[in-house]
Amino acid sequence: MKPAAFDYLRAETLDEALEAMSEFGDDAKVIAGGQSLMPMLNIRLVKPAILVDISRVVVLDYTKTNHKRFEIGGIVTQGHLAKSGALQGIVPLLAKALPHIGHFQTRNRGTVCGSLCHSDPSSEIPLCLATLGGTVVLKSKRRERTVDAQDFQIDMLTTDCRPDEIAVAASFPTSDDNTGYAFSELARRHGDFAIVALAAVATGDTIRLGVGGVAATPTVREWSGLSPADLEDALNEFAWDLGGSDDIHATARYRREIVRRMGAKVIQEASDARAQ
Amino acid sequence: MPVLSKDKRHAVQFTLNGEAVDGFVEPRLLLADFLRHHLGATGTHVGCEHGICGACTVRIDGKAQRACLTLAVQVDGRSVDTVEGMAAPDGALSPLQQAFHENFALQCGFCTPGILMSMEEFLETNPDPSDAEVREALSGNICRCTGYAEIVAAVLQTAKQLREAPTQGSE
Repeated sequence: MKPAAFDYLRAETLDEALEAMSEFGDDAKVIAGGQSLMPMLNIRLVKPAILVDISRVVVLDYTKTNHKRFEIGGIVTQGHLAKSGALQGIVPLLAKALPHIGHFQTRNRGTVCGSLCHSDPSSEIPLCLATLGGTVVLKSKRRERTVDAQDFQIDMLTTDCRPDEIAVAASFPTSDDNTGYAFSELARRHGDFAIVALAAVATGDTIRLGVGGVAATPTVREWSGLSPADLEDALNEFAWDLGGSDDIHATARYRREIVRRMGAKVIQEASDARAQ
Repeated sequence: MPVLSKDKRHAVQFTLNGEAVDGFVEPRLLLADFLRHHLGATGTHVGCEHGICGACTVRIDGKAQRACLTLAVQVDGRSVDTVEGMAAPDGALSPLQQAFHENFALQCGFCTPGILMSMEEFLETNPDPSDAEVREALSGNICRCTGYAEIVAAVLQTAKQLREAPTQGSE
């Protein structure tokens, strides 16, 4: 398994990378950490004419907090964030999800924005972005635009990122007072692709639950003022709406059952965290 | 930087286990293959070639990463460490290697280089790990012989040894 031949550009500046994307468009693939793209190149699922490497574009290596948003630059690795103790107080849901992403060796290289652009249905970072209502900043030579998570992830492995655009940042709402966050997932081996991943946010009597790994994209639902019995019905209805499909790891029916059972647990955990 | 053409070979140079190395590579050449086929550094093993098994794990600028998910052109100017750099020049094993030897933490040895490189970084970042933390850190490396118990024992023994006599460490 070796990649098909491609040209390679290691961009030193963002302008150089954007210029290349404007010139090559659909024929080009952006590589930052490459932890999703490199396997696809090796298996030859993807055969770009040119690879545009942005991993040394240092202006994209930043994080900042601004107006209740935590912005993560395009080449910030998952491992860098996971090692920063401060994240737990800024975006607790993301801090809880990071250890579930692959293994520490892949987190050392894999980026937050790369994970969003790859848009695997069971991926943790897209699930967190969707559940918290974050945004992705897309830049091309012509313009820059900010896209909501739900509009960014269109389908399985498909995003709104246009051929000449690069995801230069992702922005997560920072944690609110009196709000509880919880994250949980089921996988065969720690770090494997999640069979089902769940993220919950509890504020007042409002519960928001995001589910990954069942539908083609992370799916979020919000309820207010539910009694425990209502919650059970609501989870059941949500599970059926998600649908899901059978694969080698689990049947759709099993996935729906996990949504019902682990959904209730993760909501409870978020509610308990809110109370503290 | 100019576009590197797929039809040509391009100069790449980096530091391998403290020594300068260079070569000429196609853009698509994987770091794992460059190490093995161009430099003859066959200590790094290649298993699944898509990041799952961890056999090809090397350290790039100190961080454990998959050499099968890295292009040779991407490490230009970087520092790469492989299993060949662990033992002392006289052949004396590093504390981690010695513990693997004593605990029978390898059988066929195919996964061992990747596990050693992973655990070396792990012990630097977590000098006093619990059994559970070692097992979680090992989840990124597949071993089909040992059942992992001996590997966990070797890593815990090394951690204890390095805490008690840190100057004896490999790094």
